[in-house]
Amino acid sequence: MSLDKNDVRRVAFLARIKVDEADLEPVAQDLNNIIGWVEQLAEVDTDGVEPMTGAAGLTMARRDDVVTDGGDPEKVLSNAPDRVGDFYAVPKVVE
Amino acid sequence: MSYIIQGDTGDWEVVVGLEVHAQVTSQAKLFSGSPTAFGAGPNSQVSLVDAAMPGMLPVINGYCIEQAVKTGLGLNAQINKFSVFERKNYFYADLPQGYQISQYLHPVVGEGIVTVDLADGTTRDIGIERLHMEQDAGKSMHDQDPTRSFIDLNRSGVCLMEIVTKPDIRSPEEAGAFVRKLRSILRYLGTCDGNMEQGSMRADVNVSVRKVGEDGYRTRAEIKNVNSVRFIMQAIEIEAERQVEIHENGGEIVQETRLMDPVKGETRSMRAKEFAHDYRYFPDPDLLPLELTDDFIDGLRKTLPELPDAKKQRFMDDMGLSAKDATTLVADRESADYFEAVAEGRDAKKAANWVTNDLFGALNKAGLDITDSPISAAHLGKLLTLIDDGTISGKIAKDVFDIMWETSGDPEKIVEEKGLKQITDTGAIEAAVDEIIAASPEQADEVRQGNDKAIGWFVGQVMKATQGKANPQQVNQLLREKLKG
Amino acid sequence: MSKLNELTIAQAQDGLAAGDFTAVDLAEASLAAAKAAKDLNAFITLTPEIARARAAASDARRAKGEALGPLDGVPVAVKDLFCTEGVLSTAASHILDGFVPTYESTVGRNLIDAGAVMIGKTNLDEFAMGSSNMTSYYGPVKNPWAGPAGEDLVPGGSSGGSAAAVAARICPGSLGTDTGGSIRQPASLCGIVGMKPTYGRCSRWGIVAFASSLDQAGPFARTVEDAAILLGAMAGHDPKDSTSAPHEVPDFRAAAQGGVKGLKVGIPREYTMDGMPSEIQALWDQGAAWLKDQGAEIKEVSLPHTKYALPAYYIVAPAEASSNLARYDGVRYGLRVDGDTLDDMYANTRGEGFGAEVRRRVLIGTYVLSAGYYDAYYVKAQKVRTRILEDFTKAFEDVDVLLTPTAPNAAFPIGAKMDDPIAMYLNDVFTVPANLAGLPGISVPAGLDKDGLPLGLQLVGRPFDEETVLRAAKAIEDAAGFDALPKYLGGQG
Ligand SMILES: [Mg+2]
Ligand SMILES: [Zn+2]
Repeated sequence: MSLDKNDVRRVAFLARIKVDEADLEPVAQDLNNIIGWVEQLAEVDTDGVEPMTGAAGLTMARRDDVVTDGGDPEKVLSNAPDRVGDFYAVPKVVE
Repeated sequence: MSYIIQGDTGDWEVVVGLEVHAQVTSQAKLFSGSPTAFGAGPNSQVSLVDAAMPGMLPVINGYCIEQAVKTGLGLNAQINKFSVFERKNYFYADLPQGYQISQYLHPVVGEGIVTVDLADGTTRDIGIERLHMEQDAGKSMHDQDPTRSFIDLNRSGVCLMEIVTKPDIRSPEEAGAFVRKLRSILRYLGTCDGNMEQGSMRADVNVSVRKVGEDGYRTRAEIKNVNSVRFIMQAIEIEAERQVEIHENGGEIVQETRLMDPVKGETRSMRAKEFAHDYRYFPDPDLLPLELTDDFIDGLRKTLPELPDAKKQRFMDDMGLSAKDATTLVADRESADYFEAVAEGRDAKKAANWVTNDLFGALNKAGLDITDSPISAAHLGKLLTLIDDGTISGKIAKDVFDIMWETSGDPEKIVEEKGLKQITDTGAIEAAVDEIIAASPEQADEVRQGNDKAIGWFVGQVMKATQGKANPQQVNQLLREKLKG
Repeated sequence: MSKLNELTIAQAQDGLAAGDFTAVDLAEASLAAAKAAKDLNAFITLTPEIARARAAASDARRAKGEALGPLDGVPVAVKDLFCTEGVLSTAASHILDGFVPTYESTVGRNLIDAGAVMIGKTNLDEFAMGSSNMTSYYGPVKNPWAGPAGEDLVPGGSSGGSAAAVAARICPGSLGTDTGGSIRQPASLCGIVGMKPTYGRCSRWGIVAFASSLDQAGPFARTVEDAAILLGAMAGHDPKDSTSAPHEVPDFRAAAQGGVKGLKVGIPREYTMDGMPSEIQALWDQGAAWLKDQGAEIKEVSLPHTKYALPAYYIVAPAEASSNLARYDGVRYGLRVDGDTLDDMYANTRGEGFGAEVRRRVLIGTYVLSAGYYDAYYVKAQKVRTRILEDFTKAFEDVDVLLTPTAPNAAFPIGAKMDDPIAMYLNDVFTVPANLAGLPGISVPAGLDKDGLPLGLQLVGRPFDEETVLRAAKAIEDAAGFDALPKYLGGQG
């Protein structure tokens, strides 16, 4: 499997990373280099093997349903690049 | 009652599946300790986790898990002892993490069934595909500023249950009945308040159409975030019409998400994306799989209340109610509880009559909920007892009911204070009867000559003379004795 | 007596206890050393006010007889991947421009509670993605060790600044994070001790996430004992991190003294690489001999899937990173580069805010998770990860700890390997398997190569058995007697 310009354009859009049209080709080559290298995993026999996820051997702890947070807009807004009152502001979205 | 759209090329039916988002009634959010209450100031219910600050991590709220499992049990559904939280990746201004934590391949609840009651008294089973837990997003406001949208993250991270039906729904009516029934079950369980105006419940409506008799499904469109039963039904009607027209003109339905515009009475395509969504689901590495034990599930099973279907059956089987009355009474838990309090130790059918006709009629007219009823169940029960033991007549009872509605008063006191007690003193009734007979010799003759209808006239006169307080049966009997005996 | 900035944690503790100097003296010495070593670019932010205030508070505690423990009053440097309350926290990325957290990471909080004195935030590879510290938006870090002709070398990465600060004797200990070797590899390249504990031993809360299932915080120090002291303060269960283990924290410092008599040490035969300098193989053999001399039993073991660890890592880590880094979108903090639409704003902000390596990994991660590729890449890699864990589990049926080289090479010149990402990735070939399996690992300086540059040996243990890892590490340290000094020492060089 190898990526072409269109794949890079699609992936860059999904990742919301601007890649100039002229860079699509070199980026595709760069990514193919790495993708080609990781494809050696195909050699490994993984029949019947469960994929490993997360911390093995732990069970997920649960929080009580108690309010312990919130109530301080400034704590989450103080770093905002743009805000209006206690709202975050972003370029207008047309739905 | 089949719902058919007649086209030029033949009859069409609709195929509908719903994805209902129901907000879990919890104090705190699914993965953080900030509050969930409705209507707070912007970004005042936001923790560092909800705002996706760097390095923040989710920790699951155990109560939300219980609520989801309880709901699954209430939907007669399979509870999965192993489920997984995954990340659904996409960018949007009110999705601070850049992903929504949801469940995908392994939801906590699997297949189930909801039986819905239709207007003609029949029922239909709608299949549940799954129920999974997920985070809500924040809220964007696009109409506050000419160049910017405003973001409030108060809802960000609130626990939702997404309940997905199978494509079993065949009419707007069934869709409406399903949502009402689901809401009723959730409220019985106490797992969601079902408040659609506040967004505690909303639905994505998947609609396709096909020729009657056709197998398989045609391409569907998804109408996003419809927030009332009426709009859900309307959306199906409108969207089905649109699709039939396209099919009949040889067009193709595009699989897409659409928005419902109830004002214009149309659905429209959401802004076309440059690329289709690709959510890149994968298990959230910040969380572990959710593992449930049998003990946990059985423990919750024991806490389940009697649900509407079981209650309805009991009302019919044990209390002798009609299907119609039973359905009406179990629609919400408060009505059912109210009715049961009234019926306790009394004639259930009479109680059902008073509750469904007199009380619900008055509540409807006043636009009130059963929980706001000025007449308590205890008082209505007493009123029924007063009729039963002959203290007042059924007719007087209606007047007492009206006074109770106005004053929230105790019927015994009202009857006492207003002197509405039935006259059972035979002497007093006899005196009144004698007086009327003496004053109306012509009518008395008619009766004696065999005109039984004329007795009715005498009853009326006596009742009038006693301000309705005489026992009508007693009056009737005395008249017969004196005129014909 | 050495200069104050050259003391180990244990020595500093003794001196403070004896009243030979104060915490303020130690802090001033560290700050002065940091200033003098500015050329290393080890720090993104120095925090002299905080250092002085915490040192003074420590002295006040000690005066009242309420000293907190072995770290009270000891200067430490903190990798700028940890969020620090009221202090610029950058992850060495342009995209976090100006970001000042309103919160302190759990590990950072644990250190504050232990009385440690933060002197500054250290430089790193951007978002911890790199093995050379050359991907930092704030410029590369120089290794205190120089090449044979005086060339500037990389300190390794991603925790290069933290490693350089300790190696250059700016402070006796520092915090790093290790996702694929980001503590152990720079420790090896800088001639100091660096430890990655078991996944779940230290809380990840408040540390900028790179790859959540692999990231672990850990200490840098100049001795195994110091590393044990620091780890003891950092570690512990955190209810705010669902992957944090609810295990007791043992006395690591005491455990390190345990010796290796009767210990079974495994030598995984697959840990060699084409073109690996012969000194590394020799040092590895030497390490085994040292342990044997001290009573350990040496056994060859096989970890057959070792060669697949690195490619599996370069699927799993970028995939998780692509999602973890989605929050850097210009809306709530950090850099925003305007655009006409929301999507343009995102793409501009992230296109400019992320450097080349981060962009590369986010794109790869996005690709391997995308529809049609997920099973072939991501799920496959996670299955290979299971295979790797099985290898370790099997090996640990026969042995108690594994001995390997830490890295396949010594420090290399700044600017090298930049045009060949895979060559750069190979730096972590021996460290990545422990991350994939979640195991504790440590790098101990054990010798020098022909150019006089430090080389480390790695010890890897069973889950939550840091104690055995520390015991073996101490034995290597004792035998190696590593006392070579870098060119830049306390800023003098
Ligand atoms: Mg949907
Ligand atoms: Zn949903």
